[in-house]
Amino acid sequence: MTTVSPELDRSFRDAAAREQLLDAAYDLVDTPIGTLLVATTGRGLARISFDPEPDRELELLARTFGVRVLRSAQPIDPARRELDEYFSGRRRAFDLPVDLSLVADFNRLVLRELAQVPYGEVVTYGQLAARADRPRAARAVGTVMNRNPIPIVLPCHRVIGANGKLVGYGGGLPRKEALLRLEGALL
Amino acid sequence: MVTLPPFERFYEHHRDEVFAFLVRRLGRDRAEDAFQETFLRALRAYSSLRHGEHLRAWAFTIAGRIVIDEHRKGRPEGTMPELASEDGRPAFAELEHLADQLPPTERAAVVLRYGYDLDYADIGTALGSNATAARQAASSGIRRLRQKENQ
Repeated sequence: MTTVSPELDRSFRDAAAREQLLDAAYDLVDTPIGTLLVATTGRGLARISFDPEPDRELELLARTFGVRVLRSAQPIDPARRELDEYFSGRRRAFDLPVDLSLVADFNRLVLRELAQVPYGEVVTYGQLAARADRPRAARAVGTVMNRNPIPIVLPCHRVIGANGKLVGYGGGLPRKEALLRLEGALL
Repeated sequence: MVTLPPFERFYEHHRDEVFAFLVRRLGRDRAEDAFQETFLRALRAYSSLRHGEHLRAWAFTIAGRIVIDEHRKGRPEGTMPELASEDGRPAFAELEHLADQLPPTERAAVVLRYGYDLDYADIGTALGSNATAARQAASSGIRRLRQKENQ
């Protein structure tokens, strides 16, 4: 059986991205806290998933951004590089553009505020709500954190309960703890 | 009605058989470029497909068209190439009884227009020409089919 060589396959996937024919490109990125599925659109980084199930992720990306979804390493390379630097302690802030164009207005507002929380610091859900001019919306902010499409880069791991407890994390509490430890926010 | 799958799934399912077809028709060296061109054309037209049925036939329609273009490149002006029918034929199973005897451009245009409901701009893209040429090919294909029917 004649099959497509890995080189030819790679070359097509690169060309598809280079010609900007994709609604979303994705690839897997290995990190110390597990393999992540990372997806970008023409506007920027759009999604990071923990413990990805490929079928579910592909459907979700297609439904959200359009059916032209293809695994392609090249568009993910900048994110892969910055994540590598972050996990090796050489990067404290991400320079990647993010695509929040399809996120609801309130969520986007909160996520923009979240992006301002510096490396190694933590805020409470209530404090983040106040910064988004919605001081009574701590619970709603919790929901936004839970649905954060781009964890790690949009640092919802830096948001904790008023009592100092870590509370919850989309990727599971051990990962939240590992990220805060990496940043020196936990001893 | 089958939902259009994410392009990744379409590509994974059909890449090897489309590549094997291109290798048979063009030889391995030319097949690599033709393979890339086939799936880039498919990608350009993919969002405008209304459903996920007959995707295999659709992929082979594009690949068959590229084979014809490739053969044409290697021939003097004005001579017609051999048609890519033998190997391509199973791919057109759905509409074979209807369009099988048409010249390849007309066949592809008829299949894409009436089989997949693509508009002429997208058919033009898939065939590597334009909307006007696609419309002409489809209508002369239909005319030819009517003539055959009346014979």
